[in-house]
Amino acid sequence: MADTANARQGVEDQSKRDFLYLAAGAVGAVGAAAAVWPMIDSLNPSADVLALASIDVDLAPVAVGQAITVTWRGKPVFIRHRTEAEIEAARSVDVDDLVDPQPDEARVIEPQWLVMVGICTHLGCVPLGQRPSDPKGEYGGWFCPCHGSHYDTSGRIRRGPAPRNLDVPTYAFSGESAITIG
Amino acid sequence: MALQTNSRVIRWIDHRLPIFTFMNHELNEYPTPRNLSYMWNFGSLAGIALVIMIVTGILLAMQYTAHVDHAFDSVERIMRDVNYGWLLRYAHMNGASFFFIVVYIHILRGLYYGSYKAPREILWMIGVVILLLMMATAFMGYVLPWGQMSFWGATVITNLFSAIPLVGPDIVVWLWGGFSVDNPTLNRFFALHYLLPFVIVAMVFLHLWALHRFGSNNPLGIDAKGPQDKIPFHPYYTVKDLYGLGVFLILFAAFVFFAPNYMGHPDNYIEADPLVTPAHIVPEWYFLPFYAILRAITFDIGIPFTGIVLIDAKLGGVIAMFGSIAVLFVLPWLDGSPVRSGRFRPLFKQFFALFVVTCLVLGYMGAMPAEQPYVTISQIGTAYYFAYFLVILPLLSVLERPKPLPASISEPVLRGGGTVAGATAKPMEKP
Repeated sequence: MADTANARQGVEDQSKRDFLYLAAGAVGAVGAAAAVWPMIDSLNPSADVLALASIDVDLAPVAVGQAITVTWRGKPVFIRHRTEAEIEAARSVDVDDLVDPQPDEARVIEPQWLVMVGICTHLGCVPLGQRPSDPKGEYGGWFCPCHGSHYDTSGRIRRGPAPRNLDVPTYAFSGESAITIG
Repeated sequence: MALQTNSRVIRWIDHRLPIFTFMNHELNEYPTPRNLSYMWNFGSLAGIALVIMIVTGILLAMQYTAHVDHAFDSVERIMRDVNYGWLLRYAHMNGASFFFIVVYIHILRGLYYGSYKAPREILWMIGVVILLLMMATAFMGYVLPWGQMSFWGATVITNLFSAIPLVGPDIVVWLWGGFSVDNPTLNRFFALHYLLPFVIVAMVFLHLWALHRFGSNNPLGIDAKGPQDKIPFHPYYTVKDLYGLGVFLILFAAFVFFAPNYMGHPDNYIEADPLVTPAHIVPEWYFLPFYAILRAITFDIGIPFTGIVLIDAKLGGVIAMFGSIAVLFVLPWLDGSPVRSGRFRPLFKQFFALFVVTCLVLGYMGAMPAEQPYVTISQIGTAYYFAYFLVILPLLSVLERPKPLPASISEPVLRGGGTVAGATAKPMEKP
């Protein structure tokens, strides 16, 4: 009986079937996506990982010319108390000549304090240049030994494979010489 | 044909679940070309290597702690305190290297004898999937001991994904489960390192299913003309495979017992330190050619004279590295020559030899620092690697004049194709 009914209703019935098929399929796809999303999102940083996302750093003990490394979100953060000469070197560069053009003023809040994530923007190594004995590269800043990127005294990429300047994290001065990173 | 046996128990089971018939058909009477050389040993060797890895791996997992504070110490405990822990770990470490040696020879065998050509394209493509799964498994396994190379290798490789435009950095955070390689990363890598080998097992079954559809290729690359060209798998090839296994195990044991760390890296015996990068980050040897290709792209690709960059050097390197595997998927359609075996392709033979040399040179370059002249040599090697697949093979399919093929597999042996039956008794019968 079903066969004869189908045959009689013909094209109209076919388009109704197609509509039902597509509508049911769409609802199923949305449902499946809604079920899959919690699984994918469970792999994103969890609440306890995010809770450790900001730190306070006291800058008072860091003398001019010294640098310290602190850990923030599992990554090293470089803080350098720059000398006048280093600030001058960073500011005298023609910005248009840079791989990733950015004036030094845009990378600091107080010019003597340079705060950066100490991770090479190429493939994530930690550049050398924090300790007095480290090689500092051709531009007096940092040198990444993995693939030979040279950074200047503003942490900008000058030579080598890295595509970007060292990242500046979000931070704010919480006092005369104390900052909150994150 | 159902299995003939006197055992009533086997007949009872086989009637309900024909597993004995199946095993008899695929492993015993399975007709195999009679001219397979020792180059055809490496498939079964790879299977045995997989079993060695799974057995030692499960036992190691029972002693290992996947936590950043304990992982390194738990591996050292396996080495010092667990009964035969040193043997299990060294067998697992060197087993990975030997698995790759065997699989690379298996792949080069397929490349030379045209085993990827019709009707074995899907067999080949499943093989490439197995290679990719092996690479992912090996990479994640290397992270688990939580040494310096583990940590920094994981950092460099996961950072490759940050090259993806727009969503790259978010994907990296998602892969890590944090803002750097850390405890969540170690945990998920351990879970996946345990899972993927069993996915490989499933893919191996598909690989064998596709293989047994048309049977093995052979050194002549021509199809069997009839039963006189084939012999049963058992005992002829079971014994040949066992002999090869003996040789394999001697070499394997030589490394496990006398040079267990020869293929490893001393920096991985220093516990991971997120604040100190080793002076020279090198992946395991089996990734070196691909690492060389990654680092060979040191230039941006853009529209000439406009300064517009379409693909920067980092993304270009990542695309080239993944492309070097991806190109294998389409190989059956790049090589249009109807002749399978390289034996009858005089020009192909030479380009293939150069290809093998290129892979070895790229491997050496991958271990060298990113300086001249290594960068230029890597670039030449990378160019030839891709040219071989994308330019040379398609051109050879048109330009090359292959040598005449023998009439059948038995003909070259029988000198002029004398009557088959007289010369070889009854080929498909057991001795």
